[in-house]
This record gives sequence, structure tokens and C-alpha cells, in this order.
Amino acid sequence: MNEDRITVSNALRRGDLFTRVSAVLMGAGMLGHRQIVKGALVLLVEVAFWAYMATTGFHSLGMMPSLGTEAQGKVWNEAKQIFEYSTGDNSQQILLAGVITCFAIAGLVVLWVLQLRHSYALQRLIEEGESVPTIKDDVKSLFDGNLHVTLMTLPCLGILVFNVVPLVYMISMAFTTYSKEGEHLILFDWDGLNQFARVLNMNGNIGRQFWHVLAWTVIWAIFATFLNYILGMALAMVINRKDTKAKGFWRFCFVLSVAVPQFVTLMIMNIMLQPSGAVNVLLQNLGLITEPIPFWTNAMLARVTIIVINLWVGIPYTMLQVTGILQNIPAELYEAAKMDGAGPVRIFFKITLPYMLFVTMPYLIASFVGNINNFNVIYLLSGGGPTRVGDTAGQTDLLVTWLYKLTIDQQYYNLGAVIGIMTFVILTVITLVTYRNSSSYKNEEAFM
Amino acid sequence: MDNQMAKNTLSPRRRIVNLLVHALLAVLALIWVLPIVWIVLTSFRAEPGAYTKTFLPQGYTLNNYVKLLTDRNVLNFPKMFRNTLIISIFSCTISTFFVLSVAYSLSRMRFAFRRPYMNLAMILGLFPGFMTMVAQYFILKAMGFTEGSSIRIGLIVVYSACTGLGFQISKGFFDTIPRSIDEAAVMDGATQWQVFTRITLPLSKPIVIYTVMTSFIAPWVDFVFAKVLCRANSDQFTVAIGLWNMLQKEYIYQWYTCFAAGAVLISIPIALLFLYMQRFYVEGMSGAVKG
Repeated sequence: MNEDRITVSNALRRGDLFTRVSAVLMGAGMLGHRQIVKGALVLLVEVAFWAYMATTGFHSLGMMPSLGTEAQGKVWNEAKQIFEYSTGDNSQQILLAGVITCFAIAGLVVLWVLQLRHSYALQRLIEEGESVPTIKDDVKSLFDGNLHVTLMTLPCLGILVFNVVPLVYMISMAFTTYSKEGEHLILFDWDGLNQFARVLNMNGNIGRQFWHVLAWTVIWAIFATFLNYILGMALAMVINRKDTKAKGFWRFCFVLSVAVPQFVTLMIMNIMLQPSGAVNVLLQNLGLITEPIPFWTNAMLARVTIIVINLWVGIPYTMLQVTGILQNIPAELYEAAKMDGAGPVRIFFKITLPYMLFVTMPYLIASFVGNINNFNVIYLLSGGGPTRVGDTAGQTDLLVTWLYKLTIDQQYYNLGAVIGIMTFVILTVITLVTYRNSSSYKNEEAFM
Repeated sequence: MDNQMAKNTLSPRRRIVNLLVHALLAVLALIWVLPIVWIVLTSFRAEPGAYTKTFLPQGYTLNNYVKLLTDRNVLNFPKMFRNTLIISIFSCTISTFFVLSVAYSLSRMRFAFRRPYMNLAMILGLFPGFMTMVAQYFILKAMGFTEGSSIRIGLIVVYSACTGLGFQISKGFFDTIPRSIDEAAVMDGATQWQVFTRITLPLSKPIVIYTVMTSFIAPWVDFVFAKVLCRANSDQFTVAIGLWNMLQKEYIYQWYTCFAAGAVLISIPIALLFLYMQRFYVEGMSGAVKG
């Protein structure tokens, strides 16, 4: 244990009066060590924190175990001839307040550690006879050596309040009975792991749907990612060929479709493929079919259609991204292969593909994650349908679209949260496994 | 020289291959261009309704555009356009500041929280975005941003608050700027803030433009968050919800051709922006991959 280090325990053991007092009265160390403004600010934060705790914080923490018990009452008031409502408990608000209070406490603990260490550091500066930075110096350093503090405070605050807190709040819902099932929308209780058991149980109704949706999600993501990747690369290579004329024109034709906003394209495709939509009309007019093709009402056909349309959306995108990388492949590799008498197919599988996989592995993983969470394509094309009677998940629903339906349409918040957590777990496993096995991770140096 | 020789002495087999390749490209190009041509033609179609007996329109008119831009009773498109414009200007300003600040800090500054931040961003990215949507709605409701015109503030917050997680492309770009330039400036007495605003940003025009444009476009093409936040408040609708509504059962017969007109109007500026910034995108991609 290094005795000179600026740590909390050293501050408590070796701190002078001001430093030790600041363990209770935060900011005292700075006030006592000639940093008045900062000390006052920290003290103000502590006062505000305790004021918050006294007014609402302790109450919300106390309500957390039960999540509220009092239902809204309705009493007939004979004199006024009206129903009078008493405000009951609202578990959802109690849970949110509890989560926010937990974050406030965590924030104060962090501040406590930081200010204690800072006080001790100041004390040491004074003991060694050095000058203590004034508030002017501190502000100056916020634009120089500590610029990251200035730049990142607001973005971090945004992420904390609108991403981390909502996420924790949503995760906590997975362990409650918060759902329209059994009328638990206003008052609900802790439910342990029951909802997880329900989702994972293959024999139950929800469990059966979950495994179906999961299987389709994985199949979809594999097809969507790899077909787009291979075919997009093939297209880029065909256009890049030495003998292909008017390269710019071909590229423009394909890029045009990327430029149209995706949700517009998808909505148009949905209409075009309806029983009396443009595609069926065209095929019927040409005499190729007599009955309209049921693109969205036949489960198998709907799945194939979605994958094919996603190719339409995705291939030009991939083409755009890989064109530059393809041109970067060292020409010597190709020449050497040709000298050895390798044909174009062999060259593709032995040189082009491995090189591309090496360079674009992070992109591939990102696009796989993106496809697992691809909300727009499914929601706008098939809406998850066709749906079996009695099911909440359609035959083409992904985990994300099912999550959306469960929370927004059905208000089964607890089940939705469980599905979200499961999606996260699956994505984490897949990402870690593929990344650790990829050559770009094993050999960070270079290709070959 | 080599090229010239090859062209003059094309073997018959290669000629056939070339012919086939071009024929294939032509067919593919047709498949990719046809739906776009079809929607443009539909936007000028005289007959109403989503479904017609013929693939091509029988008559052409400009009325769809006129109706879209002047009808203020049923679906007030001009108002939606104004809403979206206001939201996207604000959220674009905030997002650009957030993204560039975070990217610069992570690329140039070294601090204890740097690695944890990047790992955290990766982990948060693995959660489905819609999982937080419901909770965000409850939080905004607790703050009072879910009624009347404050919905706009709610939408601005939703679109811009978490953009600090999307720093990867900009950081990749900043990483490619040689550090020796910064060091020289610091030797001359520049502060980090001056390096950021006077040296890095001017050198990174492509990525600044890219960031501005992507964050400007986001509110125009998102409809899920907007739909959840606006619910039935049709005064606050954005363009994307408006277009989505035009395809719902109660409106589709009257509004389908107007939807096509709206789609064309929205797509033109976005397509132009996209074609302009596509090279930055590719640059950012390859930069990030190499880095």
C-alpha cells in the first residue's frame, strides 16, 4: 500500500480536520483549503440532495418493496350527487421514482469520493508549500487540459437520463407483474423470475411463440446479412470489372434507390405487393398468373418476400461500402494467383473473400446486430403478419417488433421487458463469439 | 498499353461474357429503378385510390401536389412540414455538438473514463432501441413534455439526447488527422479548445457536414418515436407520421396519390443530400475500419 497515494482511505486516515469533516459535510475540505467557489457548489449539491431525500427520496425508496398497495377508491357522495375519486398508488410512478432515487444516491456517492480525494490532494499541495489552483485556473483548464470534461458533460448527462435510466427502469419492469393481463396496469407487484420462466418454457403459449420468433429472427438475420453482403460484393465486382462499360451510370442506377428514405420505399413496396397492388396487376396483365399471389398472407411467402425486398434495399448499400475496399486489395496478390494458374472462382474464394472478411468483420458484426434489431423492414412490410388466432406474435415478427407489439399495442410491459433483455443477451453472446473467432481479432497486425 | 491490347484482341468467348454481363446489369438496373419510376408516375396519376386496374396511370395531373400542399383540413401537410423543420433544426444543432464533442474528446484527450465510456457505448448499442422507448415516454411524461406543443421539445430531446453514443465515424475521421499538427499548435501556446475549434474542425469539414446532414435527416425519416410521443395529437404530427397515416384504411383511397406526391417531395432533398455526402460516408467507413 503506497502511503502517498490520493485515495479515500488515505484521506480519511491522514486527512486534516477540513478533509475529515468533508466526509460528512461535503465541500468542507475545499472551503478550508482556499477553494471557496468549488467548495460552496459541492456543499450546495449535498444540501439539495438531502432536501430531495427528505421530501421525496426516502418515501420513494420505502415504497419500492411493495410498489404501492392502495387502489384508487370511488365513493358516491350523496350531497354532491357525484362519484368522488381518492388518488390511489400508481406503481409505475413509484418504480420510476425509486429508480431515479437510486441513481441520485449513486451520483452522490461518486461525488463524495471525488470531493474527498480532491480535498486530500489540496491538503497535500498546501503541506508541500505549492500554490492552490484558483477558480480562474480551474475554468481555464476546462478549456485546455480538462477540455474533455467541458465537452462530454452534457452528452453524458443526455445518455444517462434518456438511455441508462430508461434502460434500468425497463429492465426492472421485467421482474414485476406490470401488464394488462390480470389488470395490473395501475397497481403491480414484484414477480421475481416468473416472466422469464414463462418466456423460456417451450410448452406454454408465450414460450412457444418466443422460440418461434427467436428462430425466425436468427434465420432472418443470417439471410439478410450474408445474402446482402455476398450479392452486394458480387455486384460491386461486376461493375468494377475491367471490361464493364459506363460504370458510373450503373452505379447511379443502384445508388438512386439508397437515396430514397427507407421508410418510404418500404411502405411503397408493401402497397405494390398487396393482392390488388401493382405487381399482381402487372403479372396478371402479362398473363403470367390468373390469381393474385398472396405475398403477405402466406407465412412462408411473406418471409421470402421480406428477405428478397431487403435485398433490394440492402444490395446497393453494400455495393457502395465495399467498392472502395475492393479496390484496395493489393494487385500483387491477384497476379501471384494468376501465375499459379488459379481460376476466377478460386481467386474469389482464396483471396477476395478472405481479404474482405478480414477488413469488414466489424462492419459485418454491426450489420448482423442491426438486422436482429431491424424494426422498420418488418413493421412496414408485413407488420409481423400473418398472425395465428390467439397469438400476439405474427409469423414474420422479429424479437424487436414483437417487443413493440407487446408494449405499445398489448401493454404487456413485463413480457416486453423480458423479450428486450433476451435480445440483449443473445446479441452479446453472438457478438462476443464471432468477434473473438474473427481473424481481425486473432491477428490484429495485418492480413496474411 | 496492356489494356489497349486486350481490347483489340477480345476473344469471342469474352465478347459473349461481356454481352451477358451488360444484359444482366441492365435487367438489375431495371428492377432497381422501376419502383422509383412507378412512384413518381403515381404521384401524377389522375385516378384516385391505391389500387388500379393498370400498371401505368391512365391520365396525368398536378392536383395531387396541389391538394397535398393546400389541404389543411384532414391531414395538414404544410403544418407537419413546419413541425418537422423546427424539430430537425434544433435536434441537428444539439446532436452535431454532442457527436463532435464526444468524438474529439475520445480521439484526442486521454482520461480515465475514456475506455469505460467506449465499452459502455458498445454495450448500450446491443440493447434494442425500442426497449427504452416506453420508459423514455414515461420520463418525458413526468417532465411534462407529452402534451400540446411541448411534444416538440420531447421529440427534440428524444432525437438528440443520446447522440453522444454515435461517435464512431467522426472519431475514426479525427484519428486520421496527424497529431503532430496539434502538438505544433500547443507548442505555439494554443489551448486544447483552440486546437479543437481552430484546427481540427476546419480540417474535418467533410465529417462535420456529414454529421450535420445525418442528424438533420433523422427526424424526417423516423416515425416510430414520433408516433408513440404524438399519439392522437394531430397538430404535432411530423411528416413521417403524416405519410404513414395516408396509407391507413380511412385515408388510403383519398390520399394514396398524395402520399406518392409527398414521398417524392421528401425524397428529392434527402436524395440530393445523400448523393452529396455518400463519399464522406464511404471515407468514414474505411477510416473507421482501418483505424
